[in-house]
Amino acid sequence: MNFEVAGKRVFAYTAAHELDAAKPTVVFVHGAGLDHSLFGLQSRYFGYHGRNVLALDLPGHGRSAGPALTAIQGMADWVSLVLKTLKIPNATVVGHSMGSLVALELAARHPEQAERIAFCAIAFPMKVSEPYLEAARANDYSALDMSTIWGYAAQVPLAGNPNPGMWMYGDTLARLERLAPGVLHADLKACNDYTAGLESAAKVKCPVLFILGRRDVMTPPRASRSLREKFSDARTVEVGVSGHTLMAEAPDATLDALIDFIS
Amino acid sequence: MAGPKYPSLDTLALHAGQSPDPATGSRAVPIYQTTSYVFRDTEHAASLFNMERAGHVYSRISNPTVAVLEERMAALEGGVGAIATASGQAALHLAIATLMGAGSHIVASASLYGGSHNLLGYTLKRFGIDTTFVKPGNLPEWKSAIRENTRLLFGETLGNPGLDVLDIPSISAIAHAAKVPLLVDATFTTPVLMKPFALGADLLYHSATKFLGGHGVAIAGVLVDSGRFDWEASGKFETLTAPYAGFHGMDFEEESGTRAFLLRARREGLRDFGACMAPMTAFQILQGIETLHLRMPRHVENTRKVVAFLSKHSSVERVIYPELPDHPDHALAKKLLPDGCGAVFSFEIKGGRQAGKRFIESLRIFSHLANVGDAKSLVIHPATTTHYRMSDADLQKAGITAGTVRLSIGLEDAQDLIDDLDRALNVARRGSGS
Repeated sequence: MNFEVAGKRVFAYTAAHELDAAKPTVVFVHGAGLDHSLFGLQSRYFGYHGRNVLALDLPGHGRSAGPALTAIQGMADWVSLVLKTLKIPNATVVGHSMGSLVALELAARHPEQAERIAFCAIAFPMKVSEPYLEAARANDYSALDMSTIWGYAAQVPLAGNPNPGMWMYGDTLARLERLAPGVLHADLKACNDYTAGLESAAKVKCPVLFILGRRDVMTPPRASRSLREKFSDARTVEVGVSGHTLMAEAPDATLDALIDFIS
Repeated sequence: MAGPKYPSLDTLALHAGQSPDPATGSRAVPIYQTTSYVFRDTEHAASLFNMERAGHVYSRISNPTVAVLEERMAALEGGVGAIATASGQAALHLAIATLMGAGSHIVASASLYGGSHNLLGYTLKRFGIDTTFVKPGNLPEWKSAIRENTRLLFGETLGNPGLDVLDIPSISAIAHAAKVPLLVDATFTTPVLMKPFALGADLLYHSATKFLGGHGVAIAGVLVDSGRFDWEASGKFETLTAPYAGFHGMDFEEESGTRAFLLRARREGLRDFGACMAPMTAFQILQGIETLHLRMPRHVENTRKVVAFLSKHSSVERVIYPELPDHPDHALAKKLLPDGCGAVFSFEIKGGRQAGKRFIESLRIFSHLANVGDAKSLVIHPATTTHYRMSDADLQKAGITAGTVRLSIGLEDAQDLIDDLDRALNVARRGSGS
């Protein structure tokens, strides 16, 4: 679905359904440099199981017009504006990596709009190494390599993809190559600069789910411990076989965790 | 700027797409010889059918053994994914049928495998898809042949049988300026000798029957997508960017972005045309791929020795191999194929058709058959076999004469091959009196 927010074109995947005011809504927010289609299987499921789905392309990503936003708080405010524009009072917000920080910040800044929040891979602080940031700043291809290789569990290049016939490394690289210069750096810097996590966590009133990959090298489970301690009632699902890109590496386990949480 | 390291081609050739079987610990890729897969419950079944969960439903659409081959080939080529097919021709048809329908147009190299030429020049015409054939090295001809309804540019990395080196960087630039993709047949080069996606190609396929398998026991094809072509931005591919009534109104590009082409090719092409690969075939091709990185250098090494021998032989009119300075694409070959120009090449024997016939019938190691890319050395006479349906004019366009002999150099001892060729050439010369 294409629409406009603040005069700029926005795309959200809706699983080929019209928005229905009578249905609850699930919003998916992708990670750094990626787009809505990383949540393909999961968003499609909810779209065909009684919910409105908005799998967003953040500004400057996928089909949404740029420029990219440069701060997590700005991204959260933008998601809030999307919901208001579409007259959706509140939603379950599912984020991946950077998108998880956006979900957290949305729930803190706009609590009335967050019915539940789910984090697929999260860390706080979400520090990005200097060489990675510098490569992204220079629009050097090695930044794409780092996003790709560190974005998956180490066994991924030498093991099978649950999605038949697909090569996860190639898919991620192809997505990242479509980004306009500077977008990946804007995303990574937004993650690196985000310092409000613990304060924002204290403001969250809605149910929270952590889905973590035990083989995640970007945001390993230990890197979210301080955040999890802020949510005494949060559910945590650790997926043994997955790295950072849970939706692709362990699509069924990720979906099952979301179904259990959202239902 | 140094980044983390990808596994090398040699490692991927052995491992990509498969980890030891979780059920049995089998290190080798198991042959899942099954048509179908038991659903956990009705909800699971519905989710698989509606693409809400990953998995297998029916082996015409996907199969665990075949999926290993697909993922491995995508890894070796640097694509987003692949679809294995019943043959190389099935892969070519699947690519075309996924991209276009009646009223569309293709610009193709005139130097194609005879079967591909038949499909484009005759069969697809019946279905409303026209093709303009151009000289592969004539870049202005590629450009001027493009029409409003052109949907694909197509050529072989090494043309058949003259080994025209496809100028992929230049032709892909022409294709992209016209907002259409470039598809290449990479059978003769394999990912060991050339990476077409790195040069600008968008889609590629192999007749896996040839070097990928290498053993000559299985007919197979594989179609790989780079995921780099932006179908939405092109605006010319409704099959990928408009709702498809045949799959719940799915807009494949919207649904999956980089995977749109493969998604439609699998969900429509394999579903409806059905030219899928059998699991046993996938297993056999995988056995070949595991040694591809070792075999290709030996193929090239043997070929260079045979080419050097034939180039100096008094019964040989000329040898057509891009590594030779007199080949029209010699400079391009040095640039695009630094590790070798493959192991299939042609030469013209003095004495024409009769000499060619005597030569082929006198060979002892080379097998006279209609295939290439085998571990065993092969020989054929294109004008009477692979290209026999082509008119004289088309033959000339493709660089074939009555005396053209095509060799596929195998992995035997190079000197044994040279001795065999020398003996047969001498028999041919004595018979022709030349």
